[in-house]
Amino acid sequence: MAEASGAQGPSGQGAAASYAVIDRVGGFTFRPAGDWSVTPILAIDDDLRAFVAAKPVGESAVFDMSALIRLDTAGAWLIDRTVASLEAQGVKVSYEGLKEGHKILLDKVGEGGVPKPTVPERSSLYVEVVGRIGAAVVAMGLETLTFVEFLGHVLATIWRSIRHPSRFRLTPLVHHMEKAGFDALPLVCLLTFLIGAVIAQQGATQLRRFGADVFTVNLIAIIFLREVGILLTAIIVAGRSGSAFTAEIGSMKMREEIDAMRTLGLDPMDMLVVPRVLALLFTMPLLAFIGDIMGLIGGGVVAVMQLNMSPAVYIERLRAAADFWTFGVGLLKAPFMAIVIALVGCRAGLDVTGSAESVGTQTTSSVVRSIFLVIILDAIFAMFFTAVGI
Amino acid sequence: MESGNQIVEEPIIEVQGLLTKFDDHVIHENLDLSVKRGEVLGIVGGSGTGKSVLLRTILGLKSPDGGNIRVFGKDLEMLPEDERRAQERRWGVLFQEGALFSALTVAQNVQVAYREHLHMGQKLMDELAAVKIAMVGLRSGAADLFPSELSGGMKKRAGLARALALDPEILFLDEPTAGLDPIGAAAFDELITDLAHTLGLTVVMVTHDLDTLYATCDRIAVLAERRVILIGTIDDMLQSEHPWIREYFHGPRARAAFAGK
Repeated sequence: MAEASGAQGPSGQGAAASYAVIDRVGGFTFRPAGDWSVTPILAIDDDLRAFVAAKPVGESAVFDMSALIRLDTAGAWLIDRTVASLEAQGVKVSYEGLKEGHKILLDKVGEGGVPKPTVPERSSLYVEVVGRIGAAVVAMGLETLTFVEFLGHVLATIWRSIRHPSRFRLTPLVHHMEKAGFDALPLVCLLTFLIGAVIAQQGATQLRRFGADVFTVNLIAIIFLREVGILLTAIIVAGRSGSAFTAEIGSMKMREEIDAMRTLGLDPMDMLVVPRVLALLFTMPLLAFIGDIMGLIGGGVVAVMQLNMSPAVYIERLRAAADFWTFGVGLLKAPFMAIVIALVGCRAGLDVTGSAESVGTQTTSSVVRSIFLVIILDAIFAMFFTAVGI
Repeated sequence: MESGNQIVEEPIIEVQGLLTKFDDHVIHENLDLSVKRGEVLGIVGGSGTGKSVLLRTILGLKSPDGGNIRVFGKDLEMLPEDERRAQERRWGVLFQEGALFSALTVAQNVQVAYREHLHMGQKLMDELAAVKIAMVGLRSGAADLFPSELSGGMKKRAGLARALALDPEILFLDEPTAGLDPIGAAAFDELITDLAHTLGLTVVMVTHDLDTLYATCDRIAVLAERRVILIGTIDDMLQSEHPWIREYFHGPRARAAFAGK
């Protein structure tokens, strides 16, 4: 006695799905009609679920399919689901007027059995938060371990290269020195010059209030030579060359070139990692040195223009403000930062797995990690130098 | 939907005088192709003859440089945006590597069309996705896996489940058996034949696999010299005197594939 129909589109073209349930001796007849394809059936899905959930009475049900115009897998699934639920309630189901094409579809849909949609497990927020923190800590510990192991591996390879100079690759070393060092010059020069000028300008404005604007020179000298010059250079190199190392090695890893190297008896450490590490080790101090000079020049331009200081006086005051160690302390950090950036970049490249996506994530994490480590390293050096009193 | 493989003489896809070129490099010139409703058509041709480009052009992923293409009797280029979308819902495509959305699970990949086009409830979506996944022969546990966790064969099956989500009338396959082992490839051939029969699909596939051609295709279109030089059954191919077709269908691998039938 129940009837339902999906109001879908213009009727008369079989564009709507509907069904009727007619009582019969010993049970009922279920009569689907119209277009039971994926769009129209959306309108009757809920009614059909409610019909089955209400446990229709009767020992047997006849599915009279003669009025059905169109059926696709979605419609077939609805019928199959209804039949399966009725049978589970102990109702015997038989078909009537079933077209050959519809039968094939119903059989196909029924083959998979009743699918059980899996419900993803959800733990409580508390467990989730604690779990994630724990996982992050463990991951960080493991990362530190693999980094130390990698450092050892690279050092061992370099030591081997020193003992057997024939294993050493000069051409890639020069190539990477050009790409990571020489080609970075314009960017390093421009940025350090600008930051030097900005620091001088801001410093002069503040110090003028105390009538101490001549000390702007001391500010530039100390802050640039000790900290900003090297830090800025390191960050530029990490963003420019560290990421390039990861992307280059990573895409080689993805295309199995690294495996191919191994099978040919070539050590990727010798071929790829050591030249890059050494290239940065040699060029970073030079870049930092040039960065220092450009920063001082940038500060000098501001001093000359804003403080009406003559260039000779600026240089004279610089010599008074900074001694060798002010400069040495900054430059001493360069090789350490170079090694950190190169190791993180190469390691991330070697960690790439199969997909192109992985190259992207590894490159991002390589830059983030090396900048993070460079700043940490800088802080440690600052504490160390303060402790030893230079 | 009528099932069975009755081939009705009415072209579901009609390509006329197609011209395709990349800069000065002409790929297709004066290419004609007509696909009948309900048939399984294989497109073969040497490397660089533009089989995949032809498929992409029919799908509207690349606009033709000349000529016209009519699918379901309508020229895709001329259709307004919403009709074009409606038309695209009437076909399904399996790309060579599956092209599954990597951020979604297999079940979510299948549900994309339901969610975006039909705004279906989650319960019915889950059920229908499970039906499709079972239909392409994946075990139910695969529904919650991400594409990166699938083998090559499973990716193709999952891609097929997504292509079939809306019960399309035409199924396009780009090298369906490339990269599968012979057993997996044979199983995939069988699956396609079975589904084409069950769902009354028209199938257009680009393939290199001679076994697939023999096992599944009603007709074969040969692409050479920038056009379709021959379209017909295997027997037509075997009788052709064209040198490339002779080499293709009478070569040692072809004989081996044919001997098995």
